[in-house]
Amino acid sequence: MSGTKTTYNDKVVRQFAVMTVIWGIVGMLVGVIIAAQLVWPELNIGFLHFGRLRPLHTNAVIFAFGGCALFATSYWCVQRTGHTRLWGGPLIPFTFWGWQLVILLAAITLPLGITQGKEYAELEWPIDILITLVWVSYAIVFFGTIGKRTVSHIYVANWFFGAMIIAVALLHLGNSAALPVSFLKSYSAYSGVQDAMIQWWYGHNAVGFFLTAGFLGMMYYFVPKQAGRPVYSYRLSVVHFWALIFTYMWAGPHHLHYTALPDWTQSVGMVFSLILLAPSWGGMINGIMTLSGAWHKLRDDPVLKFLITSLSFYGMSTFEGPMMSIKTVNALSHYTDWTVGHVHSGALGWVAMVSIGSMYYLLPKLFGKTEMYSTKLMTTHFWIATIGTVLYIASTWISGVMQGLMWRAVNADGTLAYSFVESVKGSYPFWAIRWLGGVLFLSGMLIMAYNMFKTMAGGNTKDTPVIVPVGHHA
Amino acid sequence: MSDFVSDFWNLYVVVIVLASILACAVLLIVQGKATFTPGKTMGHVWDETLEEYNNPMPKWWSWMFVITVIFALVYLALYPGLGNYKGMLGWTSGGQHKAEVEKMDATVKPLFDKFMAMDVKAVAGDKQAMEMGKRLFLTYCMQCHGADARGAKGFPNLTDADWQYGGEPEQIKETISNGRMGVMPPHEQLGADSIKDLANYVRSLSGLPNDSVRAAKGKETFASAGCVGCHGMDAHGMQAVGAPNLTDKIWLYGSSEATITETITKGRQNQMPAWKEFLGEAKVHLLSAYVISLSQGAK
Repeated sequence: MSGTKTTYNDKVVRQFAVMTVIWGIVGMLVGVIIAAQLVWPELNIGFLHFGRLRPLHTNAVIFAFGGCALFATSYWCVQRTGHTRLWGGPLIPFTFWGWQLVILLAAITLPLGITQGKEYAELEWPIDILITLVWVSYAIVFFGTIGKRTVSHIYVANWFFGAMIIAVALLHLGNSAALPVSFLKSYSAYSGVQDAMIQWWYGHNAVGFFLTAGFLGMMYYFVPKQAGRPVYSYRLSVVHFWALIFTYMWAGPHHLHYTALPDWTQSVGMVFSLILLAPSWGGMINGIMTLSGAWHKLRDDPVLKFLITSLSFYGMSTFEGPMMSIKTVNALSHYTDWTVGHVHSGALGWVAMVSIGSMYYLLPKLFGKTEMYSTKLMTTHFWIATIGTVLYIASTWISGVMQGLMWRAVNADGTLAYSFVESVKGSYPFWAIRWLGGVLFLSGMLIMAYNMFKTMAGGNTKDTPVIVPVGHHA
Repeated sequence: MSDFVSDFWNLYVVVIVLASILACAVLLIVQGKATFTPGKTMGHVWDETLEEYNNPMPKWWSWMFVITVIFALVYLALYPGLGNYKGMLGWTSGGQHKAEVEKMDATVKPLFDKFMAMDVKAVAGDKQAMEMGKRLFLTYCMQCHGADARGAKGFPNLTDADWQYGGEPEQIKETISNGRMGVMPPHEQLGADSIKDLANYVRSLSGLPNDSVRAAKGKETFASAGCVGCHGMDAHGMQAVGAPNLTDKIWLYGSSEATITETITKGRQNQMPAWKEFLGEAKVHLLSAYVISLSQGAK
């Protein structure tokens, strides 16, 4: 580090950051469309019906929007906290272009009904192989950069990013194992209840690692950075990290309560889901307590508003999750909109909000500006997104509990009090509110895109020099 | 029956589950014994400003962790979870379901017994029975026959006076209990021209527009090709085999020449599932009465 101007690789971060916003808009737009299809069924036109578009929505928001956000923030964080340039040569652009190709292929195949039929793992085997190649490259780039860091300690955010990368590789390979019968068709390597168990081992850990561990990594960099204060407790981060990544692996069976899955497996899944409460909350405490003593910063800093609100939704949904894993609660909540509401309190409230906050931190820096084009629009975005999230969650909670109660209501003569279609009819007004919540959230993203393009205009995209570590003398 | 192919896997599950739960507790305890210097950082700095305080974990949080671990151990002592171990309460999900069903069955038995003692037509006139019948229909039957029981293509309308297999109480009960397999064999071997004749003849039977020359030829084919075997000389059908009456205005698959041609050429296969095992005799009795009540007054 003696005067030579080694720079950070900000190009790939910039690419992923911009695409985070673009894919966020696309994925959420599809979400708004399918929400509208529930309220106005005549909008199910031809093959572009709910059944085809729903996987497109989930894949787009999780893997396109969430994935790009993870790539952008992890590449930024691992360079900054390793005090070194990203390592990996041509693998670095490959992770960007490869991932975009995966997204494009998903957007083509899913509406055409080309699917493995596994939730959040719908993509057919050739695309699965491409995902594997991109992901392995990602791992090489990330851990390669960790390996050539110029500080001895690995910053906590990188533990979470690293765990996410390793676990997602395992999950993807495990669950997507399939026997191809043609170029676009394959059958799962597992059958029956084993297939269901593998699927939900994958499904729940996609939530646990992709959508929780990865975004906790984001949180551990951007919250202390933006608050300008040290992380609340190093020891808490150690305990909750290991407990979280260890316990999440067990929780999948709670998706299969009261099914053909053996009782013992359901019980094991349930108790580990409950144990997961404290490790999950560890991240929330560490994030929110980091701000203690600097609460006033929340008043006029929209980035912190997004980050701290995301932690509140994170805490709420990671409390709700263990409660819903209890068999008796699950007997009411399962298969209802409550589950959908729970997922979106995590997806909108936590994943999207923490990503948006992080992007607002990154974007001006990536384009050589000191701040976003408009702070006011960021604050507007924050309030619209928060109201949208609350409308979405509240309406699906109510419709979910209503559906659960209607489905189980029995008359004195033993007949069901309501036919299924009556619960559908009863859900209409709540689905309309849910759609409105989605429209608000999407509008916020459009404001963000406008703000982003204005910030980008006339920006300077020169890489910045690597910072010499504190206490490190050349 | 055990869920495991050998006792090794049973033991494997028991050991790994308990060890994992205890590992959580050990992690918490060991890390809790570290030396803390509240308000002071760990002494590392990343990216100019990132530091970490050496604060202890919040007590309430540690206790919450411990409580969930204890809950897990107690739960696994009471309920199945540790491999083949059944749990002290002897609970199973199958057992819970059975107990709930039996309890409900016992509660409603007197009511169903009352209706069982009445004949189907009398039940069809009972207001309470028909309210129950409607709810059962909306739970079990509407998926095919529709909420208004008017059916759809391939699914008979139950509100008219036309019966594929007979509209007497015993016949309806038989239909619901044991199901029906409706088969119209394919007649492609007759050739397109003869089939067109037949289609015109079939349309003439119910007064639909047709080519009278073809219809006349079709009438001959109807007799010679074996159609009469099921549909009868007069084409009034035969309920014993579920062959529909071709002279009325009721169509299961459609009355257009194209649809009739398809029916004759490719045949039709249809199924009403058997409900006896699933619903039990008492509910079938009530549903039979409800189905009869649907077409009362229909011509």
